[in-house]
Amino acid sequence: MKEDPGYFDYWPYENRPKIEWPNGAKVAFWVAPNIEFYELNPPANPHRAPWPQPYPALPGYTVRDWGNRVGHTRQMELLDKYGIRGSISLSTALCDHHPEIIELCKERNWEFFSHGIYNTRYTYGMSEEQERDMIRDSMETIFKHTGQKCAGYLAPALSHSDHTLDLFAEVGTELFGDEGGIYTCDLFHDDQPTPIHLRSGKKFVSVPYSLEMNDTIAYVVNKIEPQRYGQQIKDNFDRLYEEGAESGTIMCIPTHNYQVSFPHRMKAYEEALEYITGHDDVWVTTGREIAEYFIDNYYDAATADIDSRQGAA
Amino acid sequence: MALDKDYFDYPHRSYGMDHDRYEWSMLSDRKPVQWPDGNKLALWVNVPLQFFPLNQKGEPFKVPGGMTMPYPDLRHFSLRQYGNRIGIFRFLKAFDKYGIKPTFAMNTRLAETNPYLLNTIKDRGDEISCHGYHMDAIHWSGLGKDAENELVAKSVNILRELSGQDIKGWLSPAKNESADTPDLLAANGIEYFSDWVNDDMPYQFRTDSGELTAMPLSTEIEDRFVINGNMHSEDSWVEQVCDAADFLLAEANSQGGRILSINIHPWLMGQPHRIAKLEKALDYVSSLDGIWHAHAGEIRESWLSQQ
Repeated sequence: MKEDPGYFDYWPYENRPKIEWPNGAKVAFWVAPNIEFYELNPPANPHRAPWPQPYPALPGYTVRDWGNRVGHTRQMELLDKYGIRGSISLSTALCDHHPEIIELCKERNWEFFSHGIYNTRYTYGMSEEQERDMIRDSMETIFKHTGQKCAGYLAPALSHSDHTLDLFAEVGTELFGDEGGIYTCDLFHDDQPTPIHLRSGKKFVSVPYSLEMNDTIAYVVNKIEPQRYGQQIKDNFDRLYEEGAESGTIMCIPTHNYQVSFPHRMKAYEEALEYITGHDDVWVTTGREIAEYFIDNYYDAATADIDSRQGAA
Repeated sequence: MALDKDYFDYPHRSYGMDHDRYEWSMLSDRKPVQWPDGNKLALWVNVPLQFFPLNQKGEPFKVPGGMTMPYPDLRHFSLRQYGNRIGIFRFLKAFDKYGIKPTFAMNTRLAETNPYLLNTIKDRGDEISCHGYHMDAIHWSGLGKDAENELVAKSVNILRELSGQDIKGWLSPAKNESADTPDLLAANGIEYFSDWVNDDMPYQFRTDSGELTAMPLSTEIEDRFVINGNMHSEDSWVEQVCDAADFLLAEANSQGGRILSINIHPWLMGQPHRIAKLEKALDYVSSLDGIWHAHAGEIRESWLSQQ
């Protein structure tokens, strides 16, 4: 085990090279609905139990099924209303289980990125080869069902190994060249894109996917009221919009159809989306578009600036 | 380091669910439902009437709301009984004021030991469903199928005898089940249950003794989850209930009948400092146009007749 994963160097927020988003936007805003499949009876992993109760663990399983049966359409209609294309963090087995959901997202030209095969299969304990095969399966499944060359990764249930990001980038290159495996949502260290060190040296970027704005963190971990969650989203946006005048920032709302889509939570979420999209200088976009724009325009300057700051006062 | 090869087997990776209890179906794809008299939103107010034994076994876990202190945990025992003595009568007054038709999910042990309370509910003519034998009689696979069958039969049959009702509905203590529970419920004449919180509308659920109807009783909006679990204020709970009613009514106007189900505990919302908040929520919801006040069994029958 390492003291530091070594993915990123210290890079202070002040005096970075200025990022300008398309059309002069101050904030790149993206919404990342997780569309997940949790198994009722998954195999045991030696490092993490999938469910807190003995089989059948109804509370966790059934509410997630609710998200697919009921919640998905509700959030999708809301994103349609405010002109937002979702960037789907996908349990790729869902392509087999619930192709109707995949079709609805495809019709809207939403992005699909890999969130593993099932959210009840953890990376913990996998050999490098096993993890590589699992990642490859997930990326091939997305391509087969959607034609998309998977660009992003959020490890299943945020379970990682020391090789996760390397493997994702390498499999992406093997399958799709520079179009595949170019960004990660697994790191929470910044409000702007940052280059990530990989053993392959590939240009690879961390696109901020906020843990703090994540509805599951708000509703399950912090247990906050829907109105307070909505207010936090607006406040988060206000500051990123203000700072984005100096150098472009990123705001992400990661969601789950089994949290944000409840009838008693939709109003607060809608008010927040209406507020954000009511501003002029917002680039409403997707994870892939942010990653590509950064790699094409700012990656080299960012890397040079980071290098110049190491050890400097 | 590596995981066993079978960790990478995906035996259920195919169309539909990873089990055979019900069909995969998105709510938005289903035929719209019409409630009686042109109403849009069925209001199902569900009131658990619960008995938490002082000598709790806690198998396989301590039931939420149950004893947490060393024996004898008088604080929790008596506070839960408060609901059956005081809180419920505040509830009944509020229900009558706002025209609510409550459904009472009753522990059979409470019906055995509190005939006055049972008779009060019986005399109102409201529907009674079975909430298991008592709150510490948790249904789980460790019981074994035969013992669980005896538990279901005892709970349902005694409640039938005492209440004079045929008892068609079921809510497991803590909404916990064994792998066999749905089969045993159907075998004992239960027609609907509310343990699976995976839909906002009823759906048919397979058992080896015919089909049950899964009736949607959301956990996430219930008083205990929001106020005790999330520590939200009473005012926030009222706001969440009102927002849910508004949202579901709007959805019902475009997609067909919907159900607002609210599970409320007399030992929680029946407290003097909370009852006015419950009244406020009931006042708001019952003032909306298109509300159908109905017992759970009536909602099920209306829905089933349209399938």
